[in-house]
Amino acid sequence: MTNPLILSLRGMTKRFGSVVASDAIDLDLQRGEVLALLGENGAGKTTLMNMLFGQYTPDAGTVHVWDDTDHETVLPAGQPQAAIDARIGMVHQHFTLAENLSVLDNILLGAEPLFRLGRHTRDAREKLTRLMDDSGLIAPLDTRVGDLTVGERQRVEILKALYRDVRILVLDEPTAVLTPQEADTMFASMRAMVDRGLSVIFISHKLHEVQAFSDRIAVLRHGRKTGEMATKDADTGSIIRMMVGEDLEVPPRVAGVPKKPILELKDIHTLNAGGGQGLSGLNLTVHGGEIVGIAGISGNGQSAFAGLVSGLVQPQSGAISVNGKAMLKPSPKAMLDAGIGRIPEDRHHDGIVSAMSVAENLVIERLDAPDVQTRGFLRKSQIAENAQDLTQKYDVRGPGIEARSALLSGGNIQKLILARVLETDPDLILANQPTRGLDFKAASEVSRRLFEARDRGAGVILISEDLDEVLALADRILVMHNGHLVEADSRDRTVIGLMMAGGRAA
Amino acid sequence: MIQITPKENQSRWVSLGIPIMAAVLSLLLAAIPLAFTGASILDAYVQMIKGVFGSLFNFTEMLTRATPLIFTGLAAAIAFRAKLWNIGAEGQLYLGAMAAVWVGTGMVDGPPILMIPLVLAAGAIAGGLGMLGPALLKTRFGADEVVTSLLLNFIILIFLQMMLEGPLKDPMGLGWPQSEPIVDNAILPQLITRMRLHAGFILALGTAVVAYVILAMTVWGFKIRAVGENAAAARHAGIAVNKTYLAVAMASGALAGIAGVSEVAGLKGYLTADLSPGFGYTGIVVAMLAGLSPLGVIAASLFVASVFVGADSMSRAIGVSSFIADLIVSMSLLCVLLGGFFARFNLRWDRNKGDGS
Repeated sequence: MTNPLILSLRGMTKRFGSVVASDAIDLDLQRGEVLALLGENGAGKTTLMNMLFGQYTPDAGTVHVWDDTDHETVLPAGQPQAAIDARIGMVHQHFTLAENLSVLDNILLGAEPLFRLGRHTRDAREKLTRLMDDSGLIAPLDTRVGDLTVGERQRVEILKALYRDVRILVLDEPTAVLTPQEADTMFASMRAMVDRGLSVIFISHKLHEVQAFSDRIAVLRHGRKTGEMATKDADTGSIIRMMVGEDLEVPPRVAGVPKKPILELKDIHTLNAGGGQGLSGLNLTVHGGEIVGIAGISGNGQSAFAGLVSGLVQPQSGAISVNGKAMLKPSPKAMLDAGIGRIPEDRHHDGIVSAMSVAENLVIERLDAPDVQTRGFLRKSQIAENAQDLTQKYDVRGPGIEARSALLSGGNIQKLILARVLETDPDLILANQPTRGLDFKAASEVSRRLFEARDRGAGVILISEDLDEVLALADRILVMHNGHLVEADSRDRTVIGLMMAGGRAA
Repeated sequence: MIQITPKENQSRWVSLGIPIMAAVLSLLLAAIPLAFTGASILDAYVQMIKGVFGSLFNFTEMLTRATPLIFTGLAAAIAFRAKLWNIGAEGQLYLGAMAAVWVGTGMVDGPPILMIPLVLAAGAIAGGLGMLGPALLKTRFGADEVVTSLLLNFIILIFLQMMLEGPLKDPMGLGWPQSEPIVDNAILPQLITRMRLHAGFILALGTAVVAYVILAMTVWGFKIRAVGENAAAARHAGIAVNKTYLAVAMASGALAGIAGVSEVAGLKGYLTADLSPGFGYTGIVVAMLAGLSPLGVIAASLFVASVFVGADSMSRAIGVSSFIADLIVSMSLLCVLLGGFFARFNLRWDRNKGDGS
């Protein structure tokens, strides 16, 4: 393609202390093009976008923008208003909508003059109707945002940007919270707008989306641009190599061999706790030697389910049994003692005590064990030896076993938790979003360990928002929606996607 | 704009150095108000040092003053380590004192080897129960223990006055609201003849060592630290969080209660409503100065007691108000808090005001 340029980032550099978050990155965007920006966590995608939007002042580098008459301007550094004036818009991964305002009010918020009596919404409605017709992004204008589904909210976010006549739109991980169908609809709408001249920068780490939707791919790693190519010329292997810096084997899934049932849940009901969806009439049996994947958009009862299996949430009614033994008073301790290992969703909040040492965090779940204590006194040398072994075996890297675990990176914290869970040879492992926020390498390490545990005979429950992950790991897939758990009889993305949205597969 | 970023790691020396620097700095800063009184600053400092180290009597007075502070400092330190905010040590101290007087003024009598542990145990139980209430309200109903334990202080103080005018009143006390004297067999022995320093001081030192061992070397201490640093993770890991809160509440209250026993049975011999000049509250300052470390509590108590005793003596010698002591202790706390902040965060002046991270 040889369309004229609309945006050019040149030599963008930003340092935070000794870390170079963005190292002389050049990036060009053509008019009417979809550019995918790929990179692992910490590769510099967000830093680069923050410089584009004037949130950060770059240490070096300039942002060039061309208007419709191909007149070039250099945006002044560190001024968000300049990016807005240049009609650059962004849809954030985490929505920035006011839930108690209507869709219309959310879209107009900030686009209306502050000091004017009365409101003139007729023009706005007309413009929005036109935009919705053009893009296919339909949203009910007078409904409270709080009453919308996640997919609808995202449409509102995009409409909000389009209403401001953006010429360049940045989408940050737009499909993270969507069902596959919703994602397809969104991409179709964006494609329609791109055909009308919109230019899009699309941040993602889902390769199949990037390959389906983008025209060109730019890859960042460790703050540098490591590659750029037309999407049609890119193959998956070469993209991963550019992102990770090495060839990476994604462990292939070999079907597990189900053994005897380990966890049996019968007709479980729980309260809706803390605004979260409770469980209603949940039945599930997990066998040894199988990975049970639980797909679904978060907020549909996953927290209650994970809490139930962890022993943190008490069922209102129903029966839990582990290895044929009824759990009458479930508690975290009782579940641990029954042989259930838990990898919590929020590893920083629930997984580790970050002010305590790596060695202490490795034994925190088995303080009664004879190699951890004798008559109530901690066996420091045994605890240190245990930590020495486990950090080596599970490749937990950090400043040492006596260092505060807060100093570990996210991936190493997850390895610490894996080490703690797997070393007790649990009969069942609950892995709740085990790879969220991890880079490729750490994530594939987690997958490998879960396969290993399964092959050893453990049952695994994998809760994940990432359907790709569920498809890659699970022997059996169930979908959680509105507190119900339904077995998927197909591994088809469309079928599962429909179930995630509450529809039943025909 | 000033950027504040957490430091990656802080060394042991920094965490040890900060309280010492803070103590020195607060003593130096005391020169400013001293200058306003017109007294010779050098003379004032000399008098203060003499007041503590000038004679064996002065020195033992300082140790005597430090004794209840070690107990209440430990009470605060151990509770705060679990992030259980016991602000009620003052009340628990009086509960302990009342229990000691109740069993120690003739209800039972026996040899000292029985009587002394008995009054100590009575005081510990009474103080522990005093904190158990707020802790139960916290674990059952989520009531903020800062409020409940603080307000309980005033209730206990009024209860004390009621008891001293009623059941505990000494009929031979010429109408004063004071208790009968504790029986001789329950009195904590003096350590040096003709000095007021009593066995409570040795007990305090021993208790601090025990508290240190518990926190650093036992499973229970591990649980206390885990609950204090991250209760959610501790609960997830199978630690009984509420049980830990209740046990820590009992221990903390018991330590404050023993402070009361030690004052009654070691120093005063009978109970009045002015037994404690705020030892319970000062214990919080001591614990903070000590960085919540049990062994640090000993050092911090000695410092605070020295400031009080030294300032008393200075005020007698050159007529400066002894309120200067409160000022120094307050400033040392502020210095420690500020020092702790600087130790944990990097401050950098950044001219790029746009940067938000």
